[in-house]
Amino acid sequence: MKKRALSLILATAMVAGSLVACGGSTGAASSEPAAEAEAETEAEAETGAEEGSVLNVYCWNEEFKTRVKDHYPGYEEVDATHGKIGDIEVVWNITPNENNAYQNNLDEALLKQDEAAANDKVDLFLIEADYALKYVGSDYTMPIADLGITEEDLANQYSYTKDVVTDSNGVLKGVSWQGCPGVMIYNREAAKEVFGSDAPEDIQPKFADWDAFVASAKELKDKGYQVVSSVNDTYRVYSNNVTSPWVVDGKINIDANIDKWVDDSKALVDAGYAGTHDLWGDDWSKGFYPEGKVFAYFGPAWLIDFCMAADTEGSIANAGGWAATEGPQGFNWGGTWICAAAGTDNAAEIADIMRQLTCNVDIMTDIVKDDNDFVNNKPAMEAMAQDETYGDAVLGGQNALPMFCAGADKIVMDQITIYDQGCNEEFQKAMKGYFEGTTDKESAINAFYKAVVEKYPDLTY
Amino acid sequence: MDKAKSKKVVSYNKWGYIFLIPFVVVYCVFQLVPLASTFYNSLFENYRSGLTQVGPNFVGFQNYVKLFTNGDLLIYAKNTMIMWILGFVPQILVSLLLGAWFSDPSLRLKYQRFFKTVIYLPNLIMASAFAMLFFTLFSESGPINSILLNLGIISAPYKFMSHVWSVRGLVALMNFIMWFGNTTILLMAGMMGIDPSLYEAAQVDGATATQIFFQITLPLLRPILLYVMITSLIGGLQMFDVPQILTNGTGDPVRSSMTLIMYLNKHLYSKNYGLGGALSVLLFIITGILSLIVFRINTRTSK
Repeated sequence: MKKRALSLILATAMVAGSLVACGGSTGAASSEPAAEAEAETEAEAETGAEEGSVLNVYCWNEEFKTRVKDHYPGYEEVDATHGKIGDIEVVWNITPNENNAYQNNLDEALLKQDEAAANDKVDLFLIEADYALKYVGSDYTMPIADLGITEEDLANQYSYTKDVVTDSNGVLKGVSWQGCPGVMIYNREAAKEVFGSDAPEDIQPKFADWDAFVASAKELKDKGYQVVSSVNDTYRVYSNNVTSPWVVDGKINIDANIDKWVDDSKALVDAGYAGTHDLWGDDWSKGFYPEGKVFAYFGPAWLIDFCMAADTEGSIANAGGWAATEGPQGFNWGGTWICAAAGTDNAAEIADIMRQLTCNVDIMTDIVKDDNDFVNNKPAMEAMAQDETYGDAVLGGQNALPMFCAGADKIVMDQITIYDQGCNEEFQKAMKGYFEGTTDKESAINAFYKAVVEKYPDLTY
Repeated sequence: MDKAKSKKVVSYNKWGYIFLIPFVVVYCVFQLVPLASTFYNSLFENYRSGLTQVGPNFVGFQNYVKLFTNGDLLIYAKNTMIMWILGFVPQILVSLLLGAWFSDPSLRLKYQRFFKTVIYLPNLIMASAFAMLFFTLFSESGPINSILLNLGIISAPYKFMSHVWSVRGLVALMNFIMWFGNTTILLMAGMMGIDPSLYEAAQVDGATATQIFFQITLPLLRPILLYVMITSLIGGLQMFDVPQILTNGTGDPVRSSMTLIMYLNKHLYSKNYGLGGALSVLLFIITGILSLIVFRINTRTSK
């Protein structure tokens, strides 16, 4: 009898145990954020009352956090993911960009925005140009005007930085503190060895257009250097000078300039002038060190100071061994925009962060001096471009701002679509096989189409 | 007296059923219900493009038609099978050999426990970590290439990740290393279950070791072999983590190492539950059919 009772207890325990874990969420409803909540916050923003006690920030790396920590008045760091601005607790939600993880995480949070408690709602999030329209075009971002930021406040910003985050109705939905005109960043030592000079005015003619670029690449190869680490380095230079968007009427479209990138790159790889590595990998970044034997990288200010291993002993950047020149074509790469999430309870605080970091000339000049970023303020940048006391240590003291200023004026971002990120990523991935000779161009392009349609099932080819 | 006994037997049966409840409940909640809902989902057009949700709209069997008409399904199925066979053939051969050695008392192998543990160890490593390790080892500037360069075997780094057969080979190699220990232990268990008197009788009759292996061990091992093959086949069809991590999800070069589950995973980017569901249902059917075929072949000849 005892045994029977025991086994009964055991059996019930087992059944109960297996059922306990089965309670679960009922899946997030994918509804639009209620207009009600939006109206509420607008009212709050205007009166400036009732600030929420937690500011949730979504971003993909430490860059923005460092900017806020170093330059936003009154910010105190608590620990790696928490900070304080007055009574408001700042929570940093940092998810890396890799494999779309950042956007997936953000999307899930935004889709649940309605049901979330006030302190769990997304308040502020960052976006990049490649997928800006995805958020800008949705109701999940608040118009900047509703935050109380006026057009005069933003008058000094480069116009392209506003075009990127303006939706189809002409409403501005984000602001950026940086401009991202790109330059060609070359290795001074290699320039002296191969071309006999490291001065930008001597190097620029050798890379003034793509034909000169290839001719110089040959000279570099004879001395054992690769002109760029990977052909993907030049991708942005071509893809930013397109005359048609990635998607036309729901159909994937490959611009003539993108096609030119494929042909030019194939020639570079076949001649052994450049590799085919993926960006950000170890094979790609080996050129940050002298042993890597890479002549140049293409990139904007943030690449120079933030990504080229400037803090690592023995890197070229650490020794100030890089220099900048315009290169064959001007281009734009990246850039980070600050957006306010619809439904936020911290509208006034967000507005202040935006004003301080993107409109306050003093703070912006400090960012340039401390971090060598190129900030989104035209008069301030043009003034600093003339400043002979300013120089970037990574570039051996060169003041590259005149170049950036000229570049920023010329940036046009009128061909962007919500599909850009997927298309850019998949295109580079798909072409790799063609460059390496494992497949022909046609099947590589076919593979690209397939990959894009998997990501965006509403497109055709 | 008799009556009382039979009553007792019945009540024990009851306990048997009660103890089965946890399994049945878990099976229903985590297997049967998802299976049905997957099929249900596969009949809808339901995905997200950017932040725009499309559907769910009922489209009947359109997702299945789409899968079959774009022709990729067969290619990915072929890739999966090729990589599975490449890994499974050496795995079963090596496991049979090791199993025969370990279970042969006349060899008197020393440190058996040690070796059994060692060959099983690779299975304990997470497949993704293992794939990361191989990715680093075989990268263009990785250790394998520098060893080969220093030995003078090759003059330029070999791009392991850019050639169809080297990628497939690496995937197969990893699956082989990870699973041969497991298979060896299963086969050994089967071999030790064979009546030793059969071996003794064969030896008395003057059979050689090879003859004993092929005439006695193999035929009597058939049920275990069948089990190993079916489980490995199902595992092989679901091959995902190793090629996914090794090729960074691309199935490169040009999707020649893209497996069916990797293809399924691609649809999750756009939360494409319809197409993903259809693919899962197809995979379920393929697994069922292949298992049936293997089962038939193995049971028919033994009769």
